Amino acid sequence: MKTVVKTDTETATATPEFEKAALRQESRRGLFLALPAYLYLIFFFVISLFIVFIYSFATRNRFGGTDLSGWNLDSYARISEPIVRDVLFRSVWLAFITTVICLVIAYPFAYFLSTRRVAVRNVMLVFVMIPFWTNFLVRNFAWRVILGNDGPLTNATEFVGLGSAELLFTQTAVVLGLVYGYLPFMILPLYAAIERIDRRLLEASRDLYGTGLQSFRHVLFPLSMPGVIAGSILVFVPSLGAYVTPEILGGAKTTLLGSYIVTQFLTARNWPFGAALSFVLMLVMLVTTIVYFRKGGRTL
Amino acid sequence: MTSAVELSGITKRFGDVVAVDNVDLSIADGEFFAMLGPSGCGKTTTLRLIAGLEFPTEGSLSIFGQEVGTLTPDKRPVNTVFQNYALFPHLTVLENVGFGLKMQGVDKETTRSRSMEMIELVQLDGLAKRKPSQMSGGQQQRVALARALVNQPKVLLLDEPLGALDLKLRQEMQLELKKLQRDVGISFVFVTHDQEEALTMADRIAVMDDGKLLQVATPEEIYERPANRFVADFIGQTNLLEGTVSDAETVILENGISVRAKNGFTAGTHVAVSLRPERAHIQSQGEFEEGWSHVNGSVETVTYLGNALIYGIKLDWMDLEVREENHPGVELHRPGAEITVSWDPEAISVVSD
Repeated sequence: MKTVVKTDTETATATPEFEKAALRQESRRGLFLALPAYLYLIFFFVISLFIVFIYSFATRNRFGGTDLSGWNLDSYARISEPIVRDVLFRSVWLAFITTVICLVIAYPFAYFLSTRRVAVRNVMLVFVMIPFWTNFLVRNFAWRVILGNDGPLTNATEFVGLGSAELLFTQTAVVLGLVYGYLPFMILPLYAAIERIDRRLLEASRDLYGTGLQSFRHVLFPLSMPGVIAGSILVFVPSLGAYVTPEILGGAKTTLLGSYIVTQFLTARNWPFGAALSFVLMLVMLVTTIVYFRKGGRTL
Repeated sequence: MTSAVELSGITKRFGDVVAVDNVDLSIADGEFFAMLGPSGCGKTTTLRLIAGLEFPTEGSLSIFGQEVGTLTPDKRPVNTVFQNYALFPHLTVLENVGFGLKMQGVDKETTRSRSMEMIELVQLDGLAKRKPSQMSGGQQQRVALARALVNQPKVLLLDEPLGALDLKLRQEMQLELKKLQRDVGISFVFVTHDQEEALTMADRIAVMDDGKLLQVATPEEIYERPANRFVADFIGQTNLLEGTVSDAETVILENGISVRAKNGFTAGTHVAVSLRPERAHIQSQGEFEEGWSHVNGSVETVTYLGNALIYGIKLDWMDLEVREENHPGVELHRPGAEITVSWDPEAISVVSD
């Protein structure tokens, strides 16, 4: 019996065996196409992650090295220490605030964008992405100038008589920087979701005695939920692990998880603890993402 | 008596495009009213103006005597059945139907019971928990109707309500809509591009083209006495025989034959005689009814429809279409046969541009 699917020249009546072979070949072709991505991810992500995972159960020795023996959970136990807990909570809280602010700013903009003509939209989308053309680090230093002691912001607040706004090296500065950095990640999925919504549904809502606000609450917002979820995850996850922005704008008092982990690896030379923290961070991200998807899944 | 809907001097411009051009229209309470025309004629815009989804550029628009031209849709006592229904995909049938009541602040219990009643009325009992995506086109259509009617609007607006349904379902729904309208007793204003649908369902029809209202009349009047060439051509099938008015009783056709045709035009006006295919009759050449107008020609094509035969007839100067009912014993003419086409002078109409 033939199982090779090649019918360029031969002709035959179709059989279930032929069909099965054809389907199998189709799915094999799919795997082949995905192979480069798989290999890349397995090599550079899964393997390195696995190494970090192993290290998180190891012990730091007296010389700042790591003993790959005597496996234990000590590093994970340290997470209940107040100082670590504070860093963790602060990070989650700031990431949450950042996400909410991004959502509030991005939503009206994304809606506005979706009501424009296509040509206008494209130009505005380019504007949204222009900041990416500049290095992230440089942009964060620019914020340092804006928020700094003799910067435009303090000058402005002093000028109107509000006194000097001392924002630099505060949590507020970090949130400002994070919102600035991740806003496009909220705008783009929101825009994609809102743009897809049939305008007639909003008209139907208005026709059925809904005010503008009611139409937003009961029709537009629930229908844009996929964008809200995608945008929130895209902002929350990197905010939670942010390193550059808190480092440049946050100063010493507002240590966040990203910086704390780096410190463990580079300064404290406690690789097992750093590795454990990295895994806890990933776990928080994973749980948030799942909860969010579940919640969104129900409203859709 | 005040009209349910009254438009006077309503114009709507989109930039340079005049979508609705100085329309005066009065729709009576309890009337099943059709707005008919080709796509882009302004009929949907007119409906949207009544709904409040567009604001008129100029003119007065009132519903039961109340001027509503500047009110938003939520402030108008009308509801719309949208083209393709625009059901809320994230809500169940029950929530869709209850939407309007909820928005008006009606309490939950009343909203629920009235919605359920309405769902029963449109025969969707048992489907209240479904999402629109789990329903057929016909069922979605009923949800859209229930969602609008539950609010007890003074006028129901329908935008191509049957356009998305297949032929058989469409014919069923035509009758059902008509019955529903009689039951609830309010005016239905519906937009359609399907002249057969308009003729079947409407008490009165407004024919529009290019933003202008061409004729507002009962289906019979529209069919029998079209106001102009466009209406004659758009409503049903017709043969337009070009000619010139000779006097109030006579039109001289292009080829020089004069035919009896009562008309209200002055002599010399360029007109067309509208001869419906089913009003013409074919017999062997030289035979025709006493007193009927007649022309000679030959059969070019015959299309067999079962209940009727459609003949393509070639005259010296133009082609005609003639429909003969397939009665028992009807005489069949083969392609190439020399025949005479005749018609009752009372059965035609004369139209100008």
